Amino acid sequence: MSGHIFHPGHDELHGVTVVITGASGRTYLGRWHEKGARGVTMRDAAIYDPATTAMTLETWLAKQRKFGVAVMEKMIVIPADEAGEPAIFDRD
Amino acid sequence: MYPEMMVKPMREEVTRLGVEELKSVSDVDAALAEGKGTALVFVNSVCGCAAGMARPALAKALQHANKPGKLYTVFAGQDLDATARARSYFGEYQPSSPSVALLKDGEVVAFVHRHQIEGRHPDAIATALTQAFDTYCA
Repeated sequence: MSGHIFHPGHDELHGVTVVITGASGRTYLGRWHEKGARGVTMRDAAIYDPATTAMTLETWLAKQRKFGVAVMEKMIVIPADEAGEPAIFDRD
Repeated sequence: MYPEMMVKPMREEVTRLGVEELKSVSDVDAALAEGKGTALVFVNSVCGCAAGMARPALAKALQHANKPGKLYTVFAGQDLDATARARSYFGEYQPSSPSVALLKDGEVVAFVHRHQIEGRHPDAIATALTQAFDTYCA
């Protein structure tokens, strides 16, 4: 394999698309960048908010799985008191 | 954008498989506008987190008996206009890189997103591609 550009110094989830359930009830889907004192930094994120989205979370996730992550935010920081544990998205 | 000198081996890892690189809007339109038969579009990327797995996966998949009639690649983050144009043929499918689109008669029939590439072994990604080849290119 030629031409690798890796990102030394990051944790093993770096660059991996994860789902994080927020304490608020929102769900965050995007590429894990890092976890720091402020919270979790995520790139290219889509956010499910049950208060503003008509479809169920399951339907929303299925749509993202089929058509890809519909990016709403290029980068977000999910506050530490909001972010639950990450789960890798769409992993067999 | 990354220096071309650095990107060149990543382009060549794909083009040496017999995949035609599309570097301009007119290249993309010439390749895809007709929309007949099967065509694979590999959206190449610099990021080793995923592209370092996707290129070897493509190489393995293209050894399979069934494969698309036409093989194309664009390079995301480098050839911006060509990549945007290629994505315009992908309909509802969201942009990500690396990714692989399989089109049949102008419609996307299978798509391997970046999130389906990250952290996976090239063999697993190749299997996803060859399953699509068997379904749509046999």
